[in-house]
Amino acid sequence: MINGIWLGMIVIGFVFAAVNGRMDAFTGAVFDGAKNGVTVSFGLISVLVFWLGIMKVAEDAGLLRTIARALGPVVRFLFPDVPKGHPAIGYILSNMSANLLGLGNAATPMGIKAMQELQTLNPDKETATPAMCTLLALNTASITLIPATLIAIRLNYGSADPAGIVGTTLAATVVATLAAIFADRLFRRLHLLRRPPEPPAARLSRTGGGAASPPPGAHSEAKG
Amino acid sequence: MIAFIPLYAYARKVPVYESFVDGAKEGFGTAIGIIPHLVGMMVAISVFRASGALDYLMGFVTPMLRGLGVPPEVLPLGLLRPLTGTGSLAYATELIRLHGPDSLIGRIASTIQGSTDTTLYVLTVYFGAVGIRNGRYALKVGLFSDLVGFVAAIAICLLAFG
Repeated sequence: MINGIWLGMIVIGFVFAAVNGRMDAFTGAVFDGAKNGVTVSFGLISVLVFWLGIMKVAEDAGLLRTIARALGPVVRFLFPDVPKGHPAIGYILSNMSANLLGLGNAATPMGIKAMQELQTLNPDKETATPAMCTLLALNTASITLIPATLIAIRLNYGSADPAGIVGTTLAATVVATLAAIFADRLFRRLHLLRRPPEPPAARLSRTGGGAASPPPGAHSEAKG
Repeated sequence: MIAFIPLYAYARKVPVYESFVDGAKEGFGTAIGIIPHLVGMMVAISVFRASGALDYLMGFVTPMLRGLGVPPEVLPLGLLRPLTGTGSLAYATELIRLHGPDSLIGRIASTIQGSTDTTLYVLTVYFGAVGIRNGRYALKVGLFSDLVGFVAAIAICLLAFG
């Protein structure tokens, strides 16, 4: 799907630029976009380096294990195919808490780390596992308690009530997150039902088992 | 959090500085690894906007939105939000500047910007970092929740401030 969207945006953009006589803008936009991509990536370096360092300290101190044990049930419900006590769970939880607190900067490295841990459980390194999809669903919907950036902007433009959008934002974000969890579950089920047959080697190491949805307890034997 | 974690670790006899440097090393490689993914996506978005295709798309939906009592000005924000975080933040700021932070448009823009995330960016960064090419249904789920969030933000604002 991402192939189609990517190609579609470029081709449609090209056609529109040609018809509207905006080929100059088109060429400019290509290089602007490329430059932005690099700029954003470089902007992430400092944040990633710092937070991954802090998270490593937390990990070595056993903090992630402590949090994971406390919030285990929630994660077990959302991520049934991640084995109990797996390091991914700690990172998933840190990612969720950072998102909740609006620490977008801290959430990204932890999310990436969670992805890397989930990847160790993945039998097919180029295809996302259901757990990875769930992690993304939670992150794209991103529950936010305090939209700090927006409050700052509103204050900047002389709002009489800069924080007046906290309630509406919270309500909208909760609705979006519930929708994400629901859709994720629905697609996961549909996907399990019509998964094409796999070569036996891949099936042996696969976390979720065969085509039918296995009982929740049947996951403990799965280890990457 | 920044003070608590190292202190806690120190109390548990962890060599905090070595630990920090050890983890921090990974950050650089991760950020560099993301570059190709981000460049690819940013180019496509940028081209789509600059060509006028986005404006054309807007032309179709505007009359419908007016009928529903939704200010059409917020639509590009809904389309931009999943694609670009900085782009949509810029657009939201522009709407707030033009219409005022306490106008209906300003409030809807604030709520949309605050309540959903940049799905394509999150997808690109997270999957890019581990080399996933086939994201399965993740994009559909992300875009669906963006749509729900967008509609919810407008509906809730119309109810609360309309």
